[in-house]
Amino acid sequence: MSMSKAEKRRLVPLEIAGIVLGILWLIPFYLMLTNAFKTPDGIFESVMALPGTFVWQNFVTAFQELDFLKSLFNSVMITGVSIAVIIIFSSMAAYALARNPSRLSTTLLFVFVAAMLIPFQSVMIPLTSIFGQLNMMNGAGLIFMYLGFSSSLAIFLYHGALKSIPKSMDEAAIIDGANRFQMFWFVIFPLLKPITVTVAILNVIFIWNDYLLPSLVLGEANATIPLKMFYFFGQYTTQWHLALAGLVLAVLPVIIFYFIAQKQIIEGVSEGAVK
Amino acid sequence: MNDRSLAYWLFLAPVLIALGAVVIVPFLYGFGLSFTNWNGVSISSFVGLENYISLFQDGEFRNAFWFTLLFAVATVILLNVFGLGLALLVTRSLKSSNLLRTVFFMPNLIGGLILGFIWQFIFVNVFSEVGTALNIEAMQGWLSTTATGFWGLVILTAWQMSGYIMVIYIAYLQSIPGDLIEASKIDGAGAFERFKSILFPLLAPAFTVSMFLTLSTGFKLYDQNLSLTNGGPFDSTQMLAMDIVRTAFVENDMAYAQGKAVIFFIIVTAIALAQVYYNKRREVEM
Repeated sequence: MSMSKAEKRRLVPLEIAGIVLGILWLIPFYLMLTNAFKTPDGIFESVMALPGTFVWQNFVTAFQELDFLKSLFNSVMITGVSIAVIIIFSSMAAYALARNPSRLSTTLLFVFVAAMLIPFQSVMIPLTSIFGQLNMMNGAGLIFMYLGFSSSLAIFLYHGALKSIPKSMDEAAIIDGANRFQMFWFVIFPLLKPITVTVAILNVIFIWNDYLLPSLVLGEANATIPLKMFYFFGQYTTQWHLALAGLVLAVLPVIIFYFIAQKQIIEGVSEGAVK
Repeated sequence: MNDRSLAYWLFLAPVLIALGAVVIVPFLYGFGLSFTNWNGVSISSFVGLENYISLFQDGEFRNAFWFTLLFAVATVILLNVFGLGLALLVTRSLKSSNLLRTVFFMPNLIGGLILGFIWQFIFVNVFSEVGTALNIEAMQGWLSTTATGFWGLVILTAWQMSGYIMVIYIAYLQSIPGDLIEASKIDGAGAFERFKSILFPLLAPAFTVSMFLTLSTGFKLYDQNLSLTNGGPFDSTQMLAMDIVRTAFVENDMAYAQGKAVIFFIIVTAIALAQVYYNKRREVEM
């Protein structure tokens, strides 16, 4: 749509307001980053000033104290495996429910959706007690728990997408001699790619950042980034230069991910919320 | 694939087992435990409604309830105002539209725990320095009183989630046909008129979605509460979720904490259902 000059001119104040708001939104990140480079005295003198000298040592110390590579590895493993498991099993379940629209399927779908209403804190105490007795308070147990908590929304999203894929696709594959399993994975699953991206992104945001559940299930030895950050912060609250350097390290992987997959992330989140 | 075929059950088995073991069994088991004196290991007697009776008389729990309710109301209002405002701003044909969307949405991707620590630095150190420089008494001593703790949590949540609500409003704004807006312009409707009689009714479903999301996030907030105020001063900014976690894992009062967890479930579910019911009815009426 082309705009007249008058219309363009009317947008100038809005443009300026937008940029001012945008800068305001970024100030917390700016303050975290600049102060992470200062000496304790530098922070004491002024938090608003730029660092006099850049103290890279803060990051070296934080990197070591956070055991950063190990925490990063733990976070990547827990998040990655959980998401793979959630995608595989939720898409299969949604397929079974969508292709067999019986009263039982409707009831099961209702149970999955209703389970989304139960807040985590309402099941956390018996959950940790049961899994403790089963000796499953570890990474594998945590991944299984994420499957339980995340499958409902994933099934709901996959179920919606499957309704728009014609059944004739299935039948054609069966005639070609594929069994149910092959047909699902080679014919149907590839068609679900957009919703798979949405499910993956929603769960990356949830699992990567989750603190409470890992804090109950994992020990410090297997800590993910948020968990390690909590211990680290407890030790260094009075030394903001180190605490902030640690926070910068914790934020960094997320920002990198955001810049790589920005478009998919915003679309995925919007899709997940609106449906 | 029908109810009796093996394939049907094989496809469903993993998620049914996981949902059962992780959500449904603990939920029902927890409900039962709340009527006992379970200490995390063993049960010596059934106590009937004793846990529930004492939690209604528990000042700490009541305080957490009111604090959480006020917090949820404040964030629902602020987030919807900011979210809609930002959405209206970035859907105009500004040169910076895409960049602004990216910026406003960014805090959502970072965990509440980490954001709470960042804002702790801002409220305590930055606010006091700016307050001294500009001679504003109100900027001193943030997070050391209940009121500043409350507003600290509200500001943090508004900053974190406005971009998320913005994305939801954008999705609905873009589904409004452009001709409708054009037609109203030709009919001589002003910007306010247009907003009131076209955008507002058509955005009703967006209100449903974002109020539901903001209310339930507000009620279930934990991470930000832990890292920003840690419930202090004197547990006065402790929200419901944190009260349950502490009663269970710090005070080790398991059955009592589970009673609180059951009440928490009832509150959160009632709000969610009332919200959906009310908004659905309004959407139809309009």
